[in-house]
Amino acid sequence: MGTSVFYLVAFLSIFFSLMVIFAKNPVHSVLYLIVTFFTFTVHYILLNAQFLAVVNFIVYMGAIMVLFLFVLMLLNLNKENEPLKSGLVKVVGIVAGCCLVVTLIGSLKATAVSDPLVLQNPNLGLVKNLGKELFGPFMLPFELSSILLLTAMVGAVLLTKKEKV
Amino acid sequence: MDISFVIEKFVLVAIIFGISLVIAMYSTYAERKVAAFLQDRLGPDRAGPFGILQPLADGLKMFMKEEIIPTHANKWLFMVGPGLAMLTACIGTAVIPWGSPITTAAGRIIPLQVTDINVGVLYIFGVVSLSVYGVMIGGWASNNKYSLLSAIRAASQNISYEVAMGLSIIALLLVTNTMSLKEIVEMQHGWHWNVLYQPLGFLLFIICAFAETNRAPFDLPECETELIGGYHTEYSSMKLGFYLFAEYINMFVSSAVMATLYFGGYNYPGMDWVLTQVGPVIAPLIGTAVLFAKIFAFIFFFMWVRWTIPRFRYDQLMHLGWKVLIPIAIANVIVTGIVIAIVEKF
Repeated sequence: MGTSVFYLVAFLSIFFSLMVIFAKNPVHSVLYLIVTFFTFTVHYILLNAQFLAVVNFIVYMGAIMVLFLFVLMLLNLNKENEPLKSGLVKVVGIVAGCCLVVTLIGSLKATAVSDPLVLQNPNLGLVKNLGKELFGPFMLPFELSSILLLTAMVGAVLLTKKEKV
Repeated sequence: MDISFVIEKFVLVAIIFGISLVIAMYSTYAERKVAAFLQDRLGPDRAGPFGILQPLADGLKMFMKEEIIPTHANKWLFMVGPGLAMLTACIGTAVIPWGSPITTAAGRIIPLQVTDINVGVLYIFGVVSLSVYGVMIGGWASNNKYSLLSAIRAASQNISYEVAMGLSIIALLLVTNTMSLKEIVEMQHGWHWNVLYQPLGFLLFIICAFAETNRAPFDLPECETELIGGYHTEYSSMKLGFYLFAEYINMFVSSAVMATLYFGGYNYPGMDWVLTQVGPVIAPLIGTAVLFAKIFAFIFFFMWVRWTIPRFRYDQLMHLGWKVLIPIAIANVIVTGIVIAIVEKF
């Protein structure tokens, strides 16, 4: 039961990720990306990580993707007749794609079937346990990453300010 | 998982869904009656006694209207928009405890809550943050400048007020120590309502709830003086009906959430005495009635505000959201944290 659900959701994740790339209209791409994030949420729930699932839901689907859509709608990029890329770009694209295929085949050849994943502590994903882990042993990295985010935010605000200061 | 469990939940879901739709339907009637009362008019009084059949007449009218999809609209997304608006409006009710569990004569305990997940508060928050997609997709797919502007306004308003709402919830969680709505309600037994411990948090939450449901004075996405009709300018027939309906369901759900988080849900002073008087089957139903009374009071408050306060200007909206509500919300979190630390120390 669990495995078949996993394979179904994994298939959907890959399918919708591919649709993100293949959709011609940027707004459609973003909408497919939202569905992809939703399948990730389902993955988290399957792993019993309820808190991560809901946070992924709120932050990625609810906030970041709304901003993506917001920017795309503001720029109104929904033109079907985008100018075609020049020949050189196409050649470069083909070469890069072939390199990726070779790498993928090489890595697939080297892989073996991994042991089934066993969760060491299935309740780790619940809010209380995760919070205790984050604010206990991982206190310093957690605070440092918060400072990093704050710095990035201040930088972004500074960049948008007019030359006044 | 036995079959009676499935039937129980299915019946509960069907009842809650039905109740949300009926309440949304009669909210349209109540809105017009409240508006009439506040403006010293009579309001709808032709269809049935006191105009009580007016929502049915309106619904029939919506169904009978011609269905128009603009030529250059994105057909699929144009249809997905209203559906998504309805979906996100309805799924929020899943985690709200509608009453204390009923113990039947056979000793079976029936919880009046569809599901009690341990991140219930965050689930509500996630559903709220998704609700903007219906408006955004519909507004964009209409291929109309006014609809697009409205969709963009809706998105920026939603994002801005979500931050303050999240911060006000954090202060509440500091008090309750749990994210399960069931436990939050049980904690407020009798008269220990959270609004007494978090009055400022409640004020912030209700302001943000007005903004998230696009109700006046925050109804900028459907500001007719600037945007013709807003995101649903191009919509007709029942698709328009869905958008209008979703707004009323959102209002019902956010009223239920506020009653649950801050006003004790189904708890009321003297409930223990009532329990000893009427027994364990009737008492939870009285609690449910009390919860609905609170919800109706909030819905009335929504309408009262709509017909009293004029709409904000767009820059005032952003100023209020980012420069007033968010600093107050952060201060509220800090003060709450300090007070809790001091209380625990002594």
